[in-house]
Amino acid sequence: MTNEENLSKSTFELLKKTTSELPSDVTKVIKETKARENDGSTAQYAMDIIQKNLDLASRNQRPICQDTGTVLIYVDHPVGFSQKKFTQIAEKEIVKATQAGFLRQNSVDPITGQNKGMNIGPGHPAIHFHEHDKDTVTIKMMLKGGGCENVGAQYALPYTTLNAGRDLSGVRKVILEAVLKAQGKGCSPGVLGVCIGGDRGSSFMESKNQFLRRLDDVNGHKELRDLEEDILESANKLGVGPMGFSGNTTLLGCKIGMLNRLPASYYVSISYMCWAYRRQGVELAKDNTISKWIY
Amino acid sequence: MKRLNYPFTNEAVRELKVGDQVLISGTIYTGRDAVHKYLHDKNECPVDLKNQIIYHCGPVIVKNEETGKYKVMAAGPTTSAREEPYQWEVMRDHGIVGVIGKGGMGQKTLDGCQKYGCVYLHAVGGAAQVLAENIDEVKNVYLEELGAPEAIWELEVTDFPVVVTMDSHGNSLHAEVLDSSRNIFEELIKDK
Ligand code: SF4
Repeated sequence: MTNEENLSKSTFELLKKTTSELPSDVTKVIKETKARENDGSTAQYAMDIIQKNLDLASRNQRPICQDTGTVLIYVDHPVGFSQKKFTQIAEKEIVKATQAGFLRQNSVDPITGQNKGMNIGPGHPAIHFHEHDKDTVTIKMMLKGGGCENVGAQYALPYTTLNAGRDLSGVRKVILEAVLKAQGKGCSPGVLGVCIGGDRGSSFMESKNQFLRRLDDVNGHKELRDLEEDILESANKLGVGPMGFSGNTTLLGCKIGMLNRLPASYYVSISYMCWAYRRQGVELAKDNTISKWIY
Repeated sequence: MKRLNYPFTNEAVRELKVGDQVLISGTIYTGRDAVHKYLHDKNECPVDLKNQIIYHCGPVIVKNEETGKYKVMAAGPTTSAREEPYQWEVMRDHGIVGVIGKGGMGQKTLDGCQKYGCVYLHAVGGAAQVLAENIDEVKNVYLEELGAPEAIWELEVTDFPVVVTMDSHGNSLHAEVLDSSRNIFEELIKDK
C-alpha cells in the first residue's frame, strides 16, 4: 500500500475506535464511580447501564451513543506535511464511516435545514493543525455530542449575580454554577474542560483542548491543579448524580487551562463533555501505518 | 425493580412513583419533534395512542432490502424538553399513559401527568446499544414521510430499562434535585 492509502486506513481505524471505545483512563473512572454509588440507588442503576453499554459497543464495534457529535481532529505534524491532503483524506474517511454506520448523519445547514447526510460541510469536521519539531505525525480525535455541548457556558467576570469577581474565587463560583445549571442534561456524570482568560473564541477553543488531557493527568500549574480538585469535589457534593437522578457522582473530572486576557476582559469558558467521552489518538510510523495508540 | 407490561393501563401507571426503577415490556411508539407538531396541528394520528407509551427517540434504523425487515442499530433517548409545549395535549387528546425520554420535562407536562394519568420515564442518555438490545422487533412504521428519525416506529421491547422521574401524583425528581442541589450550591459558594 502507498503511504497515502495507509493514511486513509489509519484515519478510518481511528474513527472506528473513537466511536466505539472509550479511552482506558475514562473507563477506569467510570468503574470507580459505579462503586461509589449506593447499592440499589437509581444512580448505580444508571451507571450499570452505562457500563453495560460500553461493553456492548466495544464488543460489537458499534457507536457508544447514537449522537456521534462533532468530529474534532487535532493533528501535530512536522514541517512539509500537507494539511490540504490530510483534510481531503479525513473527509473521505468520514463519509465512509458515516455510510458504514459508525457516525450518524450529523451535519446540518442552519439556514436551509438541509442535512446532506455525509457529515461534511462548513465547519465539519473541525480539524486543528499544529506544526511541531518532531518528525512524527500524531492524530488525536474526539466526538462531542450536542446534548453536552448545549450545557456549556461562557462567563464574563465580574458576574454580579453571584458576586463573582476577577479572581480564582470568582472563577470557582461560575464554574460551579455551570454544573448546577447543567443538572443531568449533558448526560452526567460529565467532565469539564475550562479555560480562564483568552478572547471569546480562543477561550472556548482552549476549554475543548483540555479534553485532550487524560483524566489522570496532573496539572503542572499549582493554582489550577488545586482548583481542578476543588471543583471536582465540590461539584460531586451537589448531588445531581448520573443523569440527574441524584447521587454521589456529578463529574468524572475537571481540567482547567489558561490564556492571557486583555486588561478589559476576563472570560471563563466551560465546555461539558458527557460520560460518552470519546477520545482516541494515534502516532503514525514513517509509512503512515499506526505505530502507537496514544490514550 | 418494578415492571410495566403491555397492555399498559392508567391504573398501572398510577402505581409508579418517582425514583422507581422500571423494566418495560411490550409495544412502544417513537415520536419526537415532527410527530408532536403533527398532532398539535390536529392531524389525524395513524395509530391509536390510547393507553400507549411514546418514546422520544430518533433511532438509527436500517432496512434489509431482501427481507424488507427493519433493524435498530442505535436507539437512545433524545432531549424531551423540546416537546414541553405539546406533551400535555397528547395526553389529553390521545390518552397516552407514558412518555420515555431524557432530561425531564416541565410543569405543564407534570400537571398533565397528574390530570390524565401519565408518567415520565427517564432512559439513560447515550446508552444507545443497551437500549437497542432491548428492542426485539420493529413491528411497523407510520408517517415515514417525516424522515426515519422523525417517523413513528412501533417497537416491541423486552425489559427496557428506565427510571420514573415524574409521576402522576405531582412529583418530579428533576425539580427535587434542582432544589436540593441549588441549596448546596448556595452553601458552597458562600464568601468566607
Ligand atoms: S450528551 Fe453525550 S451521551 Fe448524551 S446523547 Fe449526547 S452524545 Fe450521547
